[in-house]
Amino acid sequence: MGFPISVEVNGVERRAEVEPRQLLVHWLRDALGLTGTKVGCDTSLCGACTVLVDGRAVKSCTQLAVQADGSRVTTIEGLADDGELQVLQRAFWEEHALQCGYCTPGMILAAAGLLAQEPDPEETAIRQALKGNLCRCTGYHNIVKAVRRAAAGGE
Amino acid sequence: MAGVLGTSIRRREDPALITGRGRYTADLERPGMVHAVVVRSPHAHARLRGVDVTAAAAAPGVLAVYSGADVVASGVGGVVPTAWLLPDLKTPPHPLLATEVVRHVGDGVAVVVAESVYAARDAAELVAVDYEPLPAVTDPRAATTEGAPQLYAEAPGNVAFDWQLGDAAAVEGAFAGAARTVELELRNNRLIPHAIEPRAALAEFDERRGALTLWMTSQNPHVHRLLLSLASLGLPEHKIRVIAPEVGGGFGSKIHHYPDEALTAWCAMQLKRPVKWTATRSEANQTDAHGRDHRTRAALALDGDGRILGLRVRTHAAMGAYLSTFAPAVPTYLYGTLLSGQYDIPAIHVRVTGTFTNTAPVDAYRGAGRPEATFVVERLMDLAARETGLDPAELRRRNFVPPDAFPYQTQVALQYDSGNYEPALDRALEAVGYAELRAEQRRRREQGGKLLGIGLSSYIEACGLAPSQVVGALGAQAGLWESAKVRVHPTGTVTVYTGSSAHGQGHATTFAQIVADKLGIPVENVEVRHGDTDEVPFGMGTYGSRSAAVGGSAIAVSVDKVIAKGRRIAAHLLEAAENDVVFEEAKFFVRGAPAQSKAWGEVVLQAYLAHNLPDGVEAGLEETTFYNPANFTFPFGTHVAVVEVDPETGEVAIARY
Repeated sequence: MGFPISVEVNGVERRAEVEPRQLLVHWLRDALGLTGTKVGCDTSLCGACTVLVDGRAVKSCTQLAVQADGSRVTTIEGLADDGELQVLQRAFWEEHALQCGYCTPGMILAAAGLLAQEPDPEETAIRQALKGNLCRCTGYHNIVKAVRRAAAGGE
Repeated sequence: MAGVLGTSIRRREDPALITGRGRYTADLERPGMVHAVVVRSPHAHARLRGVDVTAAAAAPGVLAVYSGADVVASGVGGVVPTAWLLPDLKTPPHPLLATEVVRHVGDGVAVVVAESVYAARDAAELVAVDYEPLPAVTDPRAATTEGAPQLYAEAPGNVAFDWQLGDAAAVEGAFAGAARTVELELRNNRLIPHAIEPRAALAEFDERRGALTLWMTSQNPHVHRLLLSLASLGLPEHKIRVIAPEVGGGFGSKIHHYPDEALTAWCAMQLKRPVKWTATRSEANQTDAHGRDHRTRAALALDGDGRILGLRVRTHAAMGAYLSTFAPAVPTYLYGTLLSGQYDIPAIHVRVTGTFTNTAPVDAYRGAGRPEATFVVERLMDLAARETGLDPAELRRRNFVPPDAFPYQTQVALQYDSGNYEPALDRALEAVGYAELRAEQRRRREQGGKLLGIGLSSYIEACGLAPSQVVGALGAQAGLWESAKVRVHPTGTVTVYTGSSAHGQGHATTFAQIVADKLGIPVENVEVRHGDTDEVPFGMGTYGSRSAAVGGSAIAVSVDKVIAKGRRIAAHLLEAAENDVVFEEAKFFVRGAPAQSKAWGEVVLQAYLAHNLPDGVEAGLEETTFYNPANFTFPFGTHVAVVEVDPETGEVAIARY
């Protein structure tokens, strides 16, 4: 029943045999131990599981692991470069854009997806892009500020 | 360092969380770990005619399938109890799995344990449950009417409790003599808490020691350990370790003791394998304790000048299908006592009937009772303003407790320590440009087009849940103090063990600031530990805005004790009188002779060397406090919301807040 896949995850090629029904998020978390990617709902509503697939923000609970075959996946663990925090990570820290931190990896990757397409987004564009990511500690203001700060180079 | 308290520093919690290294319960693994999935009732109310687990038990990867009968047969307590007892409260048992009747959608009837979550889910669908559906009631007032479906034989009319506070006769007198009365029917709708991290548990049973370790999504690990021991598992308290690792928000929902976490632990004890359970969002909808769900009729009596003479409140509050941990406290002690709001009300009477309904249990959620009280009082104030023709702000002004009346004893038990309500209202009105807004509102009414709505709410909250004697008198089966152990290490660095338990609040940063500020040492030299019952003293946890006020104070008092002991040692070393020794900026020195001093590190080291301590002083430097505050804190404020209403479509858009 295993289906062979090959996925470049955080710069490392990973080969595995997966059940065709296995969700990408479960493969990342359970098989690869990349538990930075979170699960917060059953319906693709919360965005906690957002990762980058070939540079685009994707909710990894809406994609099967087999669909990721041949693609490049970046999770929160792969964002920092050699221990150097990525600009969004720094900005989230500086702007107090997290409280419990559970939505944060998905939030940062959704923002990374946005900045990859639109390097200098207005506030409305940021809010639009993060619509699919829920923060229950209600930290949206600071999250938007953090994305603005990152877009401005982190200053 | 001194002065670090109140400054803005980057949170020490964040580096792990922004790099994906935060370890929440569902992220944890243990060798040999297996997975539990709970089979839940699709009916709000049904008799369980049979639970057939044969097919499920034979499914691939399945280790065991248990029903409620298996839990009963194991001989453990097998229930989750309420921890707040009101007079004549009906307390039907809440079993880990239902045995005869299911009473809400989501009530657990069986649990499947399998090698993987996928295998457990597959097998859960094979559990054959024979339900005989029964009529259900979901409205807290309808539940008490003649002919309503009955949830428990021991609770006629579905009444869990009937509670009153205040002076009914005085209120009747006030209404009889009133120039004007207003009355309101309110529904405070049911809410689902929805912490972004669903509840989860990972249980491991050590057969050799007969001891259980349970990692779980908890706001108060010691409370969970206590209730697990007393009623659920048949294990003594000292054989249970509860750990709250990183917790992804709670908003009250992770205070309560639920069947699922206890059931996960029970499975681990049966199978001698680590067992993990993680709620899906759908399960969270069905089983996390909900909030609010009140039906209220309330009336206000006023004199000819718009001054309040009396307040009468009659509320039916849903308890849901079972009494959750603090459920009876929420619509009573946390609601009835707040009904005076910011106002000087000479007569108040409130009666609350808590009712069983075929819904998920209701318990503390965000504010818990206090927002419900504010909703009643402030809606009545707006209605009274409309009826009297007074501006809503002016009506509030006329009724505020005046600043010289504090401490102010309300007619509903609480004594407000301090407050000054009018300036808060003034500031809010000024910030929003109230006078111009009212003019604009009038203009729009005359000219047509989108209408403007202006809403005011002047609220009060009772925060820092405490003190123990008061909550004890009101039914709590626990004290509401907080613990803190401050351990100074021989090199002068400090570890703080707090009974408070963070789930996003940033305790590790804030509490380190308190210690660094008082001791004058770098904040990096202070480590904060919380959330592990084997590591920290018994603690009451984080909820009700109590962490800084009660938990932070406990730490401050422990640090004061540390400094006091340090002064005794320093005085001895300096050959000075203890009263002449001052501690500032990490230095003990003789008053008026700062050159005669001993540095913090020197005194700490001497405490541990114990070569030359004053008589009667023990070695070491470590102090513990169980801080029990004298009263709540009473924060207050005024909110203003401005909305635009399209009279054509009824669409409401928030314009200002």
